[in-house]
Amino acid sequence: MDIKIKMFTLSTCIYCQNTKAFLKSLDVPFDYIDVDLLTPDEKPKIMREIRNLTASVSFPTIVIGEKIVTGYRPDEIRKALGL
Amino acid sequence: MNTEQLYEMLRKLQEPKGYFFNKDRQHVDRLLNSLLINKERYGYMACPCRLAVNDREWDRDIICPCVYREPDVKEFGRCYCGLYVSAEWNSGQITDQYVPERRPIEKILGPS
Repeated sequence: MDIKIKMFTLSTCIYCQNTKAFLKSLDVPFDYIDVDLLTPDEKPKIMREIRNLTASVSFPTIVIGEKIVTGYRPDEIRKALGL
Repeated sequence: MNTEQLYEMLRKLQEPKGYFFNKDRQHVDRLLNSLLINKERYGYMACPCRLAVNDREWDRDIICPCVYREPDVKEFGRCYCGLYVSAEWNSGQITDQYVPERRPIEKILGPS
């Protein structure tokens, strides 16, 4: 798959964990950042990055190519992946 | 405290108020475990589905049960994390749907 997937997640968030598991089940590669595990200096920068992507800053935020999906929504993720 | 003890403690407190744990016990146990991680990490049980800033006053609205639980359960039948639900949600009378973030963006972005 050529579509690049990047996720902003929290290590404690179950819907984030479910999203990671769902993408693994689809066998698609993805990168993720567990924002809660970043240093206090790194967090504001990443939060601004998410804010620049979407009005609603929430977790997980999934960047699939040019598309953004917020929340654990398998149907939306499949659609964004063209599956 | 372990998740089983936390489950029983919260159940006794919240059920009389009309808030029930999600019938998916595995989902609940995972969330309770995350709450215990946040208690250890921040000193308070910040919502596991939101980014806490390690400032109890700033995060007061997202200390579980968060202040958004009431309107979310009222509108969607479940809270943002899916930890607490209404009796109608658990019995399947309300269809599960995505609960959008209700916390104001200024609070999400943290103190500047």
